[in-house]
Amino acid sequence: MSATLPTATVTRRNDEAAVNPDERVRRIPLWRSLMHRPEFGSIAGTLLVFVLFGIFAGNSGMFNLDGVMNWAQVAAYLGIIAVGACLLMIAGEFDLSIGSMIGFAGTLMAVPAMFMGWPVWASVLFAFAGCMALGWLNGYLVVRTRLPSFIVTLAFMFILRGLTLVLSTYFSNSTIVSGVGDKVAADPLAHGLFQGNVLHGLFVWMSATGIITKLPDGEPIVGGLPKVLVWWLVVAVAAGFVLSRTRFGNWIFTVGGDASAAQNVGVPVRRVKISLFVLTAFCACLFGVLQVADVGSASADRGLQKEFEAIIAAVIGGALLTGGYGSVLGACFGALIFGVVQIGISYTSFDSDWYRVFLGAMLLLAVLFNHYIRSRATTGK
Amino acid sequence: MNTAGNDHILQLEGISKFFGTVISLQDVTLRLRRGEVHCLLGDNGAGKSTLIKTLAGVHRPNRGRYLVEGTEVQFSSPRDALDHGIATVYQDLALVPLMSVARNFFAGREPVRKLFGLIPVMDLHHAARVAEEKLAEMGIAVRSPHQPVGTMSGGERQCLAIARAIHFGAKVLILDEPTAALGVKQSCNVLKLIHTARARGISVIFITHNVHHAYPIGDSFTLLNRGRSMGTFSKDQISKEQLLDMMAGGAEIQSLVAELEGRAA
Repeated sequence: MSATLPTATVTRRNDEAAVNPDERVRRIPLWRSLMHRPEFGSIAGTLLVFVLFGIFAGNSGMFNLDGVMNWAQVAAYLGIIAVGACLLMIAGEFDLSIGSMIGFAGTLMAVPAMFMGWPVWASVLFAFAGCMALGWLNGYLVVRTRLPSFIVTLAFMFILRGLTLVLSTYFSNSTIVSGVGDKVAADPLAHGLFQGNVLHGLFVWMSATGIITKLPDGEPIVGGLPKVLVWWLVVAVAAGFVLSRTRFGNWIFTVGGDASAAQNVGVPVRRVKISLFVLTAFCACLFGVLQVADVGSASADRGLQKEFEAIIAAVIGGALLTGGYGSVLGACFGALIFGVVQIGISYTSFDSDWYRVFLGAMLLLAVLFNHYIRSRATTGK
Repeated sequence: MNTAGNDHILQLEGISKFFGTVISLQDVTLRLRRGEVHCLLGDNGAGKSTLIKTLAGVHRPNRGRYLVEGTEVQFSSPRDALDHGIATVYQDLALVPLMSVARNFFAGREPVRKLFGLIPVMDLHHAARVAEEKLAEMGIAVRSPHQPVGTMSGGERQCLAIARAIHFGAKVLILDEPTAALGVKQSCNVLKLIHTARARGISVIFITHNVHHAYPIGDSFTLLNRGRSMGTFSKDQISKEQLLDMMAGGAEIQSLVAELEGRAA
């Protein structure tokens, strides 16, 4: 029994705690409130990385247009899956099957097109449907069994990688299904959506006016904006909008912040989680399809370890491993850091073996930094 | 005792709930009058939680009837109870510390407006304004409706949860141990809040094991002991001392007091 209150205290009415502005509120400077944004760490990290590479690789061509396109494409591929992983992490779950799903999507797209005579647009649609169904299954198993998503999706990481190998060797007697690129090029719909560049005319005009370099044959050094960058932009803007501005976005935060609280206030927790698993599967499939269209072949080892890179990008971007906190913008900057470091390191005099060391250190730093910022943000300091 | 009439907004008649071999509630009757504060008292393990969860639509009773405004209901989820105007504020308050006050206030019931008359978006401006206003009515001045709930004190959070329930049209407010984790002044604020709610015509079920909190604010009292009801008493029928005695632990406390006094003597 916690009989701590004498009755007199309880019944006294005209207490001084009436509605008046709290005198114990102090102003916080603008830069402090900016620091409390989840994406602050990754933006600061991106600046740091640009400064570093500006110093060590400033005149190596890394920041010429072709160099920029080089690392921007790497960032864009990763960015697409990082956005999906980020939303799922905010909702409190992981998907370790993203990487395997990329390889699987490529095979799902390549096999019907190459060995069953399907038109490419149909096989792309098939790949998306198959991957999203698997994403649904992932999510369904997680919410149904209440097992940690870590275990469920770890199982699918192996299942899908294995299935990719089985399918690929069964149909093509090899781990690579080649010749898909030409088929995509011949299909106006698939080609229009997933292959090559956009704004070719603009780049030609820019090279004609001398803004960008011309190749000896008269073509601009970069033929246009790669479609993967456009897709990244579309996915990121859409996801960012949904997360920060819509009802569903509020549900994502609530579900990840406290699933039982979410349940109690009437948020459809299961529906939110399952649809985000479907979203990560969609993103992985988009990655796979874009890559197959770009490289021209599907291969069983595509997307290896991409699940970790996506999670790292989301974490660098301020997403909490325990859910309930994070930002799409942050995840995009996290992906950008990846692209710059992975490609940029070969422009410097450093051995490119240092790439992973650098990323690991970056991850550790980001987690420590985010942890520090968040504990300050939530205790109101 | 009261006879069942339509001045009862909520009635549990002879409710039993079993979990396997455990009898959690046995033939419990609880009648809540319109606009009263009804205190549900009992020690740990008395069945308070099971009773609340039955009221809130989390559990379905194995036996007995549940009536809301005279008509029998069968809730299959907490959502059903909410739709009937029965809002439960659990001990964990169903608040997310990392989310802002405004986002928490409207979690699950987000106000929506159309962006460009087309895209449905959450009306954050409206949410912030209403959250701030409703908290001010409860005597809480927030620094900003965009500050995370984690920065608020326990009492402020309790008020936020209650203000939210009232704002969303609760006719019956079930408060699960709202003062358990609070200090003296904050407990006092919560009791005032219960008084405010009653003044607005909201019926309140106030669950506690603290008679000192329950007695000043309560209109009637139901005691639970080991899954059974020891009866319902209105305030004029029972004194605080009698309530204390009846509660499980009352006898133990008295014998402890006697023993301690004996040692001192």
